[in-house]
Amino acid sequence: MTDPNRFSFLFRFLTKAGEAGALFNQTFKNIFTKSWEKKNFLQQLEEIGVKSLPIVTITAAFGGLVFGLQIYIAFTRYVGHGSEAYSGPIISLGLSKELIPVFVGLMLAGRVGSSMAAEIGTMKITEQIDALFSLGADPNRFLVVPRTLACIVILPMLTLYGDFIGILSGFFYNIVLMGVNRHVYITNTLTYFEMWDVVSGLIKAVFFGVIIAIVGCWQGLSTEAGAEGVGKATTRAAVISSVLILIFNFFLSEFLPGSFTG
Amino acid sequence: MIRFVDVHKSFGENHVLRGLNLEINRGETLVIIGQSGSGKSVLLKHMIGLLQPDRGQIYIDGVNVTELREEKELYAVRRKFAMLFQGAALFDSMTVAQNVSFGLERYTTFPQEKIEKIVTECLDRVGLRNVEHLMPFELSGGMKKRVGLARAIAYNPEIILYDEPSTGIDQIRANAINDLINKLKEELNVTSVVITHDMDSTFKVADRIAMLYQGTIIECGTPEEIQQSKNRIVHQFIHGHAEGPLENW
Ligand SMILES: Nc1ncnc2c1ncn2[C@@H]1O[C@H](COP(=O)(O)OP(=O)(O)OP(=O)(O)O)[C@@H](O)[C@H]1O
Ligand SMILES: [Mg+2]
Repeated sequence: MTDPNRFSFLFRFLTKAGEAGALFNQTFKNIFTKSWEKKNFLQQLEEIGVKSLPIVTITAAFGGLVFGLQIYIAFTRYVGHGSEAYSGPIISLGLSKELIPVFVGLMLAGRVGSSMAAEIGTMKITEQIDALFSLGADPNRFLVVPRTLACIVILPMLTLYGDFIGILSGFFYNIVLMGVNRHVYITNTLTYFEMWDVVSGLIKAVFFGVIIAIVGCWQGLSTEAGAEGVGKATTRAAVISSVLILIFNFFLSEFLPGSFTG
Repeated sequence: MIRFVDVHKSFGENHVLRGLNLEINRGETLVIIGQSGSGKSVLLKHMIGLLQPDRGQIYIDGVNVTELREEKELYAVRRKFAMLFQGAALFDSMTVAQNVSFGLERYTTFPQEKIEKIVTECLDRVGLRNVEHLMPFELSGGMKKRVGLARAIAYNPEIILYDEPSTGIDQIRANAINDLINKLKEELNVTSVVITHDMDSTFKVADRIAMLYQGTIIECGTPEEIQQSKNRIVHQFIHGHAEGPLENW
C-alpha cells in the first residue's frame, strides 16, 4: 500500500525546505540586528549590479520590442487600424509590472544566483567555510547577509533601469517602426500609466532579489561531494530560484493591489 | 583542558566516533595517529565546534561546550583555538596577507600597522618572505600549508589543532614545522593537538600519543609507552607493517 520512497521524497523535500527557511530566518535576524560585514556588501554591489547592466539592457530592449509588437498586432486585429495609438499604457504597464521584473529576476537567477552557489560551494568543499568559522567570522554574516542585501538593493534598481529601456523600446517599435500616432500614444500613456505600476514591479523585484540570494547561498552552503557537487548546486540554484520567481510573481500580482487610485 | 566523554558521531550509516574518551592537558602536545579515514579530522573538528557530537560531552576548560547555545559563549571558546586545516583552506579571494590577518582583525583590536607587523613575523616563522601580496593560487601546495599555519598562529591562540601539518612538505621544512610546534609550546605554553601520518615527526613533537581505531582511542600514552605497546594494532601501525590485524587495503 504505502510506497516508502514517496515518503522519503516528501521527507527530503521538507528537510530541504526547512534548511532554506532556517537560512532565511538567520539572515534576516542578522540584517535587522545590523551585524554583518560592510566591506563585502560594497564588493557584491559591484559584482551583482554593475556587471549585470549589459544583460539587463539586452533583455529589456528585446522584451520591450516584442511586447510592443504583439500589442500592436492585437490592437490592429481586434480593435482596428488607428487604435494602436491607445496601446501605450498597456505596453508600459505590462512591461513594468510583469515582464521586466520577471526577466530581470530570471536573468539574475542565472547569472548571480548560480555564481553565488558555485563560489560558496567551492568554499564549502575546500573547508574555507570551516576556516571562516574558526577565525571568528560567522559565515552567514560574512557571506549570506552581504549578498542578500546587495540583491535587495540591486534588483529594484536594475528593474527600474529595465523599465526605462523596455518602455522606450515599445515606444520605438510602435512610433518609429510602425508609424503609430505619437501624440495620442504619449498622452494616453501619461494619462493612464501610473506610478504604482512601476512601484509594484519594484516591490516584486525586492522579493526576487531575496529569492535569488537565499537560494544561491543555501545551495552553496549545502554543497557536498566535491566538484560534481558544486556543479549540481550551481544548476539547482538557477533552476529553483527561477521557478520560485515565477510562482511568487503570480501570487504577488494577485495580492498586490492592481491600482492605487482605484 | 580538553576532555571528550563517550562521544558518538555518525554520518548517515557511517558510525565514525563510537564512544570516544580522551583527555588533553594544558601545555602538552598530543599526537593523534590512526589509519586514513578513521576519523582523525572529524575528532579535531569536534574540539573547535565545527561538528557537534550526536551523543556524549566535550569539555573545554571545564565547560561543556555541547550545551552552549549563547553565541557569545561559543565565540569565546572558539577564540582559544586555531586550526590548521588538512587542505590549508586559504580564502582564495584574498591575498596571503589578508588571509593571515583575518583572525587578527576579528579576535583583536590591534591597529593596522601592528597587524601588518605580526603578519610579516608569522610568515617569517614559517619560512616565507615577500609573499604577502600573492594570491593562494600562485602558491605551491606546501606554501599554502605554511600560510595556513601562519594564519593559525597569528592571533596567539591557546590551543592549536594541526591537521597533518607536514603532509606534502619536504623533509627539511617538515622538520622546521616540528621545531615550530615545539617552540610554540615552550615559549607560549600552547597546547597542541597534531594529526600526522609521519612517525618521525610524531616522536619529535609528542608528549603523548593517542591512537584512534574503530571510533575509539585504543591506546594513549607517552612515546615510550606507545613504542613498547603490547597492543598488536598499535604495534603494527607505528612500525608500518603490512602484515597484522589491521587490514592493509
Ligand atoms: N562532513 C562529512 N560528511 C559525511 N561524512 C564525513 C564527513 N566528514 C568526514 N566524513 C567521514 O568520516 C570518516 C572519517 O573521516 P576523517 O576525515 O576524519 O578521516 P581521517 O582520519 O582524517 O583520514 P585522513 O588521514 O585520510 O585524513 C570518513 O569515512 C569520511 O567519509
Ligand atoms: Mg584527515
